[in-house]
Amino acid sequence: MLDKNGIAKRIAKELQDGWYVNLGIGIPTLIANYIPQGISVEFQSENGILGMGPFPFEGEEDADLINAGKQTITAMKGASIFDSATSFAMIRGQHINLTVLGAMEVADNGDIANWKIPGRMVKGMGGAMDLVASAENIIVAMMHTNKRGQSKLLRQCTLPLTGTRCVKKVVTNLAVMDITPNGFKLLERAPGVSVEDIQNATEGRLIVEGDIPEMEV
Amino acid sequence: MNKIVANAQAAIEGIEDEMTLMLGGFGLCGIPENCIAALVEKNITGLTCISNNAGVDDFGLGLLLQKRQIKKMISSYVGENDEFERQMLSGELDVDLIPQGSLAARCQAGGSGIPAFFTPAGYGTEVAHGKEVRWFNGKPHILEMALTADFAIVKAWKGDRFGNLMYKGTARNFNPLMAMAGKITIAEVEELVEPGELDPNHIHTPGIFVQRIFQGVDYEKRIEQRTVRTRS
Repeated sequence: MLDKNGIAKRIAKELQDGWYVNLGIGIPTLIANYIPQGISVEFQSENGILGMGPFPFEGEEDADLINAGKQTITAMKGASIFDSATSFAMIRGQHINLTVLGAMEVADNGDIANWKIPGRMVKGMGGAMDLVASAENIIVAMMHTNKRGQSKLLRQCTLPLTGTRCVKKVVTNLAVMDITPNGFKLLERAPGVSVEDIQNATEGRLIVEGDIPEMEV
Repeated sequence: MNKIVANAQAAIEGIEDEMTLMLGGFGLCGIPENCIAALVEKNITGLTCISNNAGVDDFGLGLLLQKRQIKKMISSYVGENDEFERQMLSGELDVDLIPQGSLAARCQAGGSGIPAFFTPAGYGTEVAHGKEVRWFNGKPHILEMALTADFAIVKAWKGDRFGNLMYKGTARNFNPLMAMAGKITIAEVEELVEPGELDPNHIHTPGIFVQRIFQGVDYEKRIEQRTVRTRS
């Protein structure tokens, strides 16, 4: 089984040289720590920076330089800064090559819910709805089950949707899956996890074809 | 041409109960601290505030929420504020949550003479309820209306008496878009400079969008999530 860093590490292997990437809050943020060697990518943060760098050294924090998670950051050489409309032009206009975000639920048709629990949590969607409505390449990074042990990979989302039929790939602590017209197609197992474990933790349709390799992280 | 006013108190002259305000900033980054303090002091109530976030409990728009001066918030993300969540869940506060990119585009449209536009964001979600749907290029889109405000209040790094503004870092965010969409736009700046000092090539908000400008004082510029790495 993978931990959160393991999930991030596995997704980092999907990165390709020259890509512009938007990372959501939580597990996706960790991906920046595992960029494969020899590859150059630019991270976009939707509050208005392209070429986001690592956290600053202590004492060098700048209140005027944050990411969408409101964390202090640095700007890489070659970074650019812009307003929110330009930022979402990059997103809506499909100039971003990869979007990775967390989710509370994903359905086997690619629907995603990650912004609201009615009557309980009302933080808002932030940029997530714009991202999932337009991005062509969306990976969800999340744990396979919630804190009560219930599957987060469902036949149908129960929470208010963030977007419909948009998720392309899901990487969890247990597995890597593609979303296909017939459901979640199992591609890889996490180390030490059996196909049966994954089947038991997946409420939505899971397609298992042939031998499923253990992922390399 | 001189748009300079003395201070925040003078700048907010004419803002009355029940008005609609736009306030720039993302989280606590690039918020008009001086004007918010002046609005709290003057105790203007029944406000509709268009702002990406709602501050934190004891700073930013949270200060106006604490004193129940806000009737309605139009925002994209309102976490990090317990009092906001309490007022929203109890029904004291009317809240319209909209996708962040749509919020930015709606402000920009409002200032640009574009009454409405179609966007894919929110299709198939509760955001789309009651909105016209049209298909373009094989994809469904929803109709979003432009936003304008009685007053837009923005924060910039530098500005001059013509109202030309430059922002610093990611404090730019919604500020230039909201500056365009106010019937009256107030800019508070960290540094008021002489005309000509700002390179025309580097001006982010041309002065035509700004009606009042002043140099703010005592900026706290609070950091919401201080994250650092250790030197190794």
